[in-house]
Amino acid sequence: MAAPLLELDGISKSYPGVKALDGVSLRLGRGEVLGLIGENGAGKSTLMRVLGGVVRPDAGRIGLGGRDRAHLTVAEAQAEGVAFVHQELSMFDNLDAAANVLIGRESLQAGPLRLVDRRACRARVAPLLQRLGADFGPDAPVSRLSIAQRQLVEIARALSVDARIIILDEPTSSLTLSETDRLLAIVASLRNAGTGVIYITHRLGEVVACADRVLCLRDGQVAGELPREGIEHAAMTRLMIGRDLQALYSPPAAAPGDGGLQVQELVTSAFPDRSASLHARPGEILGLAGLVGSGRTSLARAMFGIEPAVGGTILLDGKPVQIGSARDAIARGLYLVPEDRKLSGLVLDMSIAQNVTLPALAGHSRMGLINPASEMRAGEAQRAALRIKAPHASVHAVTLSGGNQQKVVLGRWLSLKPRAIVFDEPTRGVDVGAKGEIYALMRGLADRGVAVLMISSDMEEVIGVSDRVAVMHEGRVAGILGREDLSEASVLRLAIGAQA
Amino acid sequence: MGKKELGLLVLVLVIGAITTALNPRFLSAVNLLNMANLIGLFGVFSIGQGLVIITGGIDLAVGSIFALLGVVFIDLLANHDVAWPLALLFVLVGGLLIGALHGLLVTRAKLQPFVVTLCGLLIYRGAARYYTGDATIGFGYAEGLESLTWLASGRSFGVPNPFLILVVVSAVMAVVLHRSVFGRYLFAVGRNEEAARYSGIRTGLVVAGAYIVSGGLAGLSTVLLVFYTNSVSPSAFGSFYELYAIAAAVLGGCSLRGGEGSILGIVLGTVLLQILQNLVNILGIPSSLNFAVMGGVILLGALADQELARRAKVGVVARA
Repeated sequence: MAAPLLELDGISKSYPGVKALDGVSLRLGRGEVLGLIGENGAGKSTLMRVLGGVVRPDAGRIGLGGRDRAHLTVAEAQAEGVAFVHQELSMFDNLDAAANVLIGRESLQAGPLRLVDRRACRARVAPLLQRLGADFGPDAPVSRLSIAQRQLVEIARALSVDARIIILDEPTSSLTLSETDRLLAIVASLRNAGTGVIYITHRLGEVVACADRVLCLRDGQVAGELPREGIEHAAMTRLMIGRDLQALYSPPAAAPGDGGLQVQELVTSAFPDRSASLHARPGEILGLAGLVGSGRTSLARAMFGIEPAVGGTILLDGKPVQIGSARDAIARGLYLVPEDRKLSGLVLDMSIAQNVTLPALAGHSRMGLINPASEMRAGEAQRAALRIKAPHASVHAVTLSGGNQQKVVLGRWLSLKPRAIVFDEPTRGVDVGAKGEIYALMRGLADRGVAVLMISSDMEEVIGVSDRVAVMHEGRVAGILGREDLSEASVLRLAIGAQA
Repeated sequence: MGKKELGLLVLVLVIGAITTALNPRFLSAVNLLNMANLIGLFGVFSIGQGLVIITGGIDLAVGSIFALLGVVFIDLLANHDVAWPLALLFVLVGGLLIGALHGLLVTRAKLQPFVVTLCGLLIYRGAARYYTGDATIGFGYAEGLESLTWLASGRSFGVPNPFLILVVVSAVMAVVLHRSVFGRYLFAVGRNEEAARYSGIRTGLVVAGAYIVSGGLAGLSTVLLVFYTNSVSPSAFGSFYELYAIAAAVLGGCSLRGGEGSILGIVLGTVLLQILQNLVNILGIPSSLNFAVMGGVILLGALADQELARRAKVGVVARA
């Protein structure tokens, strides 16, 4: 075999509290499509960031373009012909397709002003779009293009820099079936032209359809590799999982009661033609698993009134409730610990105490005036109860670590009277020690009779913490698994929409 | 008192001392009282502006509101024999309603505050000029205004009443902004509207509230300003005053990104602006340079503030 296009050898990268990559090696040959699979958090994204020059690895060797390096810069990666087609498309939708393809490398007119030569730009881009079978021209405004069409613009951008390695990160997560087929055909034509393709996806069917080889990551390490003839669903699923996660589990103090948080046929604006039903009973932790984009967060936002549901019913303790705003939800004891605590959870430059009391200021004020002593007492109480690592509740939230910030968000609801709490990715960006504390707090809440719904993309967490798990797939609940049926394989099967 | 206010106070004292050294008349009773009067006049509506800026918005319409409410106010008193308490009430309610309209357009129609209040600036100015046929309007032979005239432009204990009114307004607003639930919500919404919404705060109501307060204080300022000039020329009255207010608020530590600021800072900002105006006069600097001096000092202040913030950040990192 000829020298590979790319050879990563023993790449490692640690962040405080986590080893994101641990000695990962990867080879990519000319005209080869490598399927890269693994659960959320397995290290795929970090590895690709290393390849793009965005993340600097702690150890390892990057062999690219006939040279060995310890790390890459973004400019070096681009110069060596590494191009990304991103999961969340990064485009200038106020410009046309040609401008997006050639951004930073526009054709310029002769003359002293060096103005952009639009005609030349379009002439350069037209053949690229044609080659990809695009049904739009280089002058099409990107704002009018569909996601699939925008993806073609991104691929055209990669072709325009003569990329030798193209990385497709979850390229089909928002595509229809026929669009997916067309994309797979384009991948095949790229391969035939000698380009190396790294294809990252959760959809194993696509890997079967297009990959020449599969590499699977798990917990930052290479879990295994499959040659072309070995690529099939069962083998890939086996590689993606592989630990015993039952050991983390701490059982509830009592059997779950009736009531709690129930949604029936709830329709969210993200999936207007699908509906979801589930029931978190008081005293239990119901896990809500599913791939990113399967509708879990939309469901949580609908329950909490951030983006009210467009149909269906929400019941609290058996009674239907109207929730049109977060205010309604909070008034009924239904709380949300949001996914992005810095954006939606905390006002970072307010103190711990001020953040804790923000939704409950009425209880700390008289005639509209805040009682600072009462507020500080509430903050101190939560700081002590949750063991938030700060000398005082007047410390600003911005100075706290991720785990302690999460405790502040939690403390805000614990100081009220929760009946049901939805946790959306409760331990994202939280170090290992604080994770355990947060799990214990969740169990404590459930044992107090609160219905706990935990959305998580972390398989270890879903299986290790939940009493039951509901799995979402493309906007609906694909199945509910009891503790005894809970395994990575069973959750994953439902999450990727495979037939049982 | 925060670091920003302290810095501003030091700046006020230093500039005051330099001016006194160059011309001791700066500290004469006449000059101080004159300045106190102007600080009162400008401070009241600058506080309203400050609240709006804390929500992350801006109110460009205040100057034009003065013109519109001003001509109506004088017309009611001079030509329609309306009793002054009624006319006063009319102007205050008018200010509140205009503020409420701005608030609705910003929070319900989701228009940008700059656009809403820029349109207000143009519309109210035009309406004011049309109302009087572009003519200057004065009190003429209106009678029974002695008590109102005294309230708005007289003195108590030798201090100009507008200054005393500012003291009262800023005391009340300091409690509202720094001690009340509404004030806490203003900061929360201005700094992180998303998190405020997730905390169950009715963010639209809070933002609209800031515009309503700003409108109400603009109504109050209208009356003070009318008695300062005794007549209203609708094309010039209050012109550019919104920029004085924005300048005072920004000098006083309100960030245009929202979520930052204090009443004490806004008042000190107003004081500094008036000292700068006064300094131009008293030091014999050509008055045409008035705006240039003001702009220069604000620019230097902003640069110094940025530099201090950067150093503070570096300090934190170095200690960590």
